[in-house]
Amino acid sequence: MKQSSTHQKMNKYGMVIDLDKCTGCGSCMVACMAENNVPFRKDETDKALSITWMRVYKIANGKSFPDIDICYIPRPCMQCGGMHDDGHSPCVSVCPAVATDYSYETGIVSQIYTRCFGCRYCMAACPYHARYFNWWDPVWPEGMERSLSPDVSPRMRGVVEKCSFCFHRYQLAKDKAFVEGRNTLKEDEYQTSCTEACPSGAITFGDLDDSTHAVYKLRQSKYAFRLLERLKTNPKVYYLTTREWVRKSLDNYLPDEMPQTAAAHH
Amino acid sequence: MDSALIPKGLKRCPFWQFALFIGIAGLIALWGVYAMFLCWFKALNQTNMNDYYGFALWIWADLAVIALGGGAFFSGFLKYIVGKDELKNIINYAVLIGFICYSSALLILAIDIGQPLRGWFIFWHANVHSMLTEVAFCLSCYFAVLTIEYIPLILENRQIDKIPFFHNLSHNMHEIMGIFAATGAFLSFFHQGSLGGVAGVLYGRPFAFREGLFIWPWTFFLFTWSAAAYGPCFTLALTKLLEKVTHKKLVKDNVIDLLAKISGWMILTYMVAKLIDTWYWGAVLAPRAGFTFSEFYANNAFYGQWIVFLELFLGGIVPAVILTNKAMRQNSTLLTLAVVLGCVGVSTNRWAMVCQVMAVPVLPFESWQLYIPSWQEVATTILPVAYGAILIGISYRYLPIFPQERELNPIDDYTDTADNELPESGKLQPAVA
Repeated sequence: MKQSSTHQKMNKYGMVIDLDKCTGCGSCMVACMAENNVPFRKDETDKALSITWMRVYKIANGKSFPDIDICYIPRPCMQCGGMHDDGHSPCVSVCPAVATDYSYETGIVSQIYTRCFGCRYCMAACPYHARYFNWWDPVWPEGMERSLSPDVSPRMRGVVEKCSFCFHRYQLAKDKAFVEGRNTLKEDEYQTSCTEACPSGAITFGDLDDSTHAVYKLRQSKYAFRLLERLKTNPKVYYLTTREWVRKSLDNYLPDEMPQTAAAHH
Repeated sequence: MDSALIPKGLKRCPFWQFALFIGIAGLIALWGVYAMFLCWFKALNQTNMNDYYGFALWIWADLAVIALGGGAFFSGFLKYIVGKDELKNIINYAVLIGFICYSSALLILAIDIGQPLRGWFIFWHANVHSMLTEVAFCLSCYFAVLTIEYIPLILENRQIDKIPFFHNLSHNMHEIMGIFAATGAFLSFFHQGSLGGVAGVLYGRPFAFREGLFIWPWTFFLFTWSAAAYGPCFTLALTKLLEKVTHKKLVKDNVIDLLAKISGWMILTYMVAKLIDTWYWGAVLAPRAGFTFSEFYANNAFYGQWIVFLELFLGGIVPAVILTNKAMRQNSTLLTLAVVLGCVGVSTNRWAMVCQVMAVPVLPFESWQLYIPSWQEVATTILPVAYGAILIGISYRYLPIFPQERELNPIDDYTDTADNELPESGKLQPAVA
């Protein structure tokens, strides 16, 4: 749990995903894989072994025609703030080698591939299944290694990886800002690849604490909820939906309970 | 052929029988070694683990074997700290079992992690907030303690003991064994507990999460208590097994009875705590996260309430009742049943706190995950069992593990005149074929 050593504004990067706009096209998944050099196998049918930093789930309301309704839920890493939003994310607290760490500068939970020795305790801790293990070494089809992104290290076998909110883009934006003599980033200077790829604009990314960013206002909506809110993981990804049944699908409830908004939990 | 290595006044089976036993166990071990190398060289895709089942057979085997090996630290605690001197007649075997259990756990861990060559990071880049860090440190230190406790036994081999240096070394080590027993008990309290903490701190997994005392979830204390309670059951079960295989009585009834009685009361008190914890978890903690108790045991093909019955009733209350009741405890069949059920009970508890944790869905739109280990996982889990059998075989044959064995199994043609003479200083006697 490092403190920032520079006199720099603390950011809290997060996402608001409008579930009423998501069409389940999967562009976010593809963009993420391409951007982050995510490895894949020849046969990807076993989804329990697929590495998908961003994964789109599909849920249905359980009714039959004409009342059936479906919803797609894109799920990146939640970059959890932990029980008191103090950096004790479920995964960060348990890693025995500090291979994953919470940054107060960005609010992002990092993953250090060269430090990780693959005990998978963080995977056991994460309730969102946002963490993936390299059960194989990556094998790129011939020629593909030339099109890998040079800004993202490829991972070796036996280590855990997860969504980093395209942290390399943050680093590039910070470099550019530094050259220009400033240390704050504008909203459009740092955006994740899934946000940019989404054709319906369902994903909004920015600093949750910055009132000039779109996510700041969106997350205060009465239709904003977080996945597994009551576990107190304090995730940084908010979901917007006007549909009651979708809201109820974002957390576990006892038979006689009603879901509350994310705002009500603050 | 190897009679010079066999302890004085004791009879052992013919060498060819022993060689056959070692050979068969060795072949099984070799199968495990092959699987181990496959995992090391081809990576962990050799297992049936996946991103839902990151903890599986190996982690369960680790936790179970460490719990069962708890007989070593608890017997040591009872003998050296509490002063139950009769346990000196079973403590050597308990130490040997503990040594095998802990070396097995370390071996399995070396195979289980994704980057074994980076295993030392857990010491060098330790995260003080992680329960697993505490486990690694205390487990390693305790394994060193067990090694120190095992060495005097090796030095007491008939031929090795003839060397004055080793004779004196083993004697002096025995004199200070109390320090190691106390250290072992201290270390065991923490690592047994931290293994419980590994599951209990997972606040993202309502099935595993517990509140507790400061940083320690209740599972910390429950795991230490259950290891102390059920560890002796494993020691007694393996004593019974060895007696059956060798057709000999190795430990007197009063020693067995004492350890069984203590184990019984430990299990009984543990069950009280465990039942309270289970009730609180089911009635308060889980509902706080939106789960009912029955949800954790429904809507899947494997994990049902039979697990609760097996762990708490068959593996908890039944052995507790048998072992705390004198008449039942002194019935050989019931005693054997009780200690076996005890081992099953603690193993089931470890299974639930590792594998069921992974299986239970937390996201409302996900479903139960089921898992069957691959043959490589099974082989590498059987490997330590085979290695344990080999080490027990060699140790029993050549080392005076059971102080009461000679008294309980007198042999008629015993003569020790030739071996009673001490060698001249610095001169070894030739081994008699």
